Amino acid sequence: MKMNCKMKIEKCKLRIEPLWHRASSMCRAVRSLQFMFFNFHFSLSFGVVLPVLVILTFAVPASAQKKSSCVECHIKLDDTRLSAPAKLFDNDIHKSRGLSCNDCHGGDPNADTKEAAKDPRKGYLGKPKTLDIPAYCGKCHSDANLMKRFNPSLRVDQEREYYTSVHGHLLKEKGETRVATCISCHSVHGIRAPTDPLSSVYPSNVATTCAKCHASADYMKPFGIPSDQFDKYKTSVHAKALYDKQDLSAPTCNDCHGNHGATPPGIASVANVCGQCHGRQAELFQTSPHKKAFDDKQLAECITCHSNHAILKPNDQLIGTQQGALCINCHSNGDKGFAAAGMMRSRIDELIASIDKSTAILNDAEKKGMEVSKPKFELKGATDALTHARVLIHSSSAAEVDKVVAPGLDAAAKGYQAGLIALGERRFRREGLVVSLVFILFLALLVYLKIRQIESRQQRNPS
Amino acid sequence: MHLADKKEVPVHRHSIWYYFGGMTLFLFAVQVATGILLLLYYRPSSENAFESVQFIITEVKFGWLIRSIHSWSANLMIATLFIHMFSVFFLRAYYPPREITWLSGAFLLIIVICFGFSGYLLPWNKLAFFATKVGTEIAGVVPIVGRPILRFLRGGDDVTGATLTRFFGFHVAVLPATATVFIAIHVALVQLHGMHVPKKYEHNYQRMKFFPNFVLRDLIGWILAIGVLAALAALFPWELGEKADAFAPAPAGIKPEWYFLFMFQTLKWIPAKILGMDGEVLGIMAFNAIALLLFIVPFIDRDPENRRRHLIFNICGVFALAYMVVMTIVGYVAK
Repeated sequence: MKMNCKMKIEKCKLRIEPLWHRASSMCRAVRSLQFMFFNFHFSLSFGVVLPVLVILTFAVPASAQKKSSCVECHIKLDDTRLSAPAKLFDNDIHKSRGLSCNDCHGGDPNADTKEAAKDPRKGYLGKPKTLDIPAYCGKCHSDANLMKRFNPSLRVDQEREYYTSVHGHLLKEKGETRVATCISCHSVHGIRAPTDPLSSVYPSNVATTCAKCHASADYMKPFGIPSDQFDKYKTSVHAKALYDKQDLSAPTCNDCHGNHGATPPGIASVANVCGQCHGRQAELFQTSPHKKAFDDKQLAECITCHSNHAILKPNDQLIGTQQGALCINCHSNGDKGFAAAGMMRSRIDELIASIDKSTAILNDAEKKGMEVSKPKFELKGATDALTHARVLIHSSSAAEVDKVVAPGLDAAAKGYQAGLIALGERRFRREGLVVSLVFILFLALLVYLKIRQIESRQQRNPS
Repeated sequence: MHLADKKEVPVHRHSIWYYFGGMTLFLFAVQVATGILLLLYYRPSSENAFESVQFIITEVKFGWLIRSIHSWSANLMIATLFIHMFSVFFLRAYYPPREITWLSGAFLLIIVICFGFSGYLLPWNKLAFFATKVGTEIAGVVPIVGRPILRFLRGGDDVTGATLTRFFGFHVAVLPATATVFIAIHVALVQLHGMHVPKKYEHNYQRMKFFPNFVLRDLIGWILAIGVLAALAALFPWELGEKADAFAPAPAGIKPEWYFLFMFQTLKWIPAKILGMDGEVLGIMAFNAIALLLFIVPFIDRDPENRRRHLIFNICGVFALAYMVVMTIVGYVAK
């Protein structure tokens, strides 16, 4: 009961303190201003002291005006283990929101001695044990009323979600302290907002943060899980999008595994996870004959063909019945799937060849100065059909693929025809030019002869 | 008829330059004829302009030829106009009583350049859009009057459909009307004063009847000009490019039309600050001052006997011509 009351008092202190400090600093500023006006010469205070005062009052952040004996002492300590928190805290998001050491660790930041500052009677909690960290952070982060004051859109279910993760289960149920807790990913004392590019949980830093533990074979050995996920991920199409193209929407670890509730998706959930982004492919797979076959054989859906961490950019070689195609891993000559795979591949190849032919002739015509931007634009209908056909192979139906390949082939044929017409028009222009030039030169010659005739007549008869 | 019968043209070593005035006039006539044909299909709005030009060159019978001839002829006209102007300058054809003839010609030069600038935007393609943006921005840096001029030209703060509409208005109504007046004055004055004979040949030249001798020679030039235009249109059709997009980035290495290139290159090279003043502003003011000088040439060089002034003007002319040619080449090859 006593402990509970103490906790409540601490919480109230935490809520009131930042406001109190701001209010008191403003009062101090007003008092100083009055003092200045009444004790110094008016012109001196107005001309010199007032601007300085205004700058000091408004330019210095409220947090900087708070006394913190914790930082004052720790920053001077030789032991880097003890001085690092004070140094790191300068860039911490909590500091920028007006919080200080005592808001998490308790104690009295106004006390001048170590004993007084760390007095348990003043709520000093010290360094939390690993087991207590989620609840320690959750003290504020699970409190919707409190969090609203700082960021109304911030979620408050991280702690609850954490205990649904593999990390949380191991920590709570087995007391395993080597698992990740809040500070393992978010760091401690130097915590930055996830939107800050320097944050350890900024999208492009997430994989490196997870890899700190998951890429260490020694660290992962007791848990019996592989440690090659990060290396594989780095070769994936997702990593290329994230690191090379700086596409922050590209998936990294937490996008598939969850963040606070990090868990490997089960076999039956893989398609749901991938389907968050690849919705159409997932939908087609669910209605395809493969769905039942995969379920029966206990095969994980998307990753059976595309792998999990080392997901490479798919290409047309993956489908079909030739050497290297994935379909022949399960299908053999004579079965329906084998025939469908061969059919889908041949239709896609046919469309690609047709698009290439049309593109080549239109580019040639364009290079020769012909205006073919309209047929080139219309050829996009064929390339769109190709993209659509590549998605439709997830239906495993040659008939479905053919429904989009056929109009694609029509569009490509029209493009080719337009290219032929443009080149024919160019030939016509050149032939026309030759005829016109002959006529023009002949006309010029006639006029020249006429001039000579006139001038010879004028010479004979000058009058 | 009586005038044509009586009129004579001097024949001497430099008679060839007499043909460039007529050639410029002929190319202007080509512009008017092809421009009227283009007007039948062209739609002056940011939504339709590009598509209408695309329609002209792909769907309209011989539309490609008309459009290409219009574009090539515009460029050839500016070239022949410059040749005509420099030949008049070096042959001192602006001496009294031909000051007003020169003055009307200088106005025509400005009008023709305005024709080129306004017509360039009309296809509403990417290059034209950004060239107009840069061009109007240059006008905008002129002290005091720059900003109002920029807003007047653009029809607002940015190059938009409003700019296209007013450029179309300038191109097909204001400029042709003004040009017609000045051409009429210019040609009438040429008829009134007759062809100028350089001092060196004043007492040593033959005469040729204007009609039919000179006119038929002119005709040969015009027929050959049609051949050149046809060849250029068939072998190097004027490109349309991509439709203008205000949100797209400016194409890399964007350059204006060749007749603005020497000014563009100068402004690129000019230091940011000259004696504490903005270099670009100073450059533009310098070009304005040179344009003003062009107008007052016949009023400061009036005495055919003043050999010293004659020499100074020759040096200035050669320097201006060399500067324009060199800077145009540099601007053309520069990345």
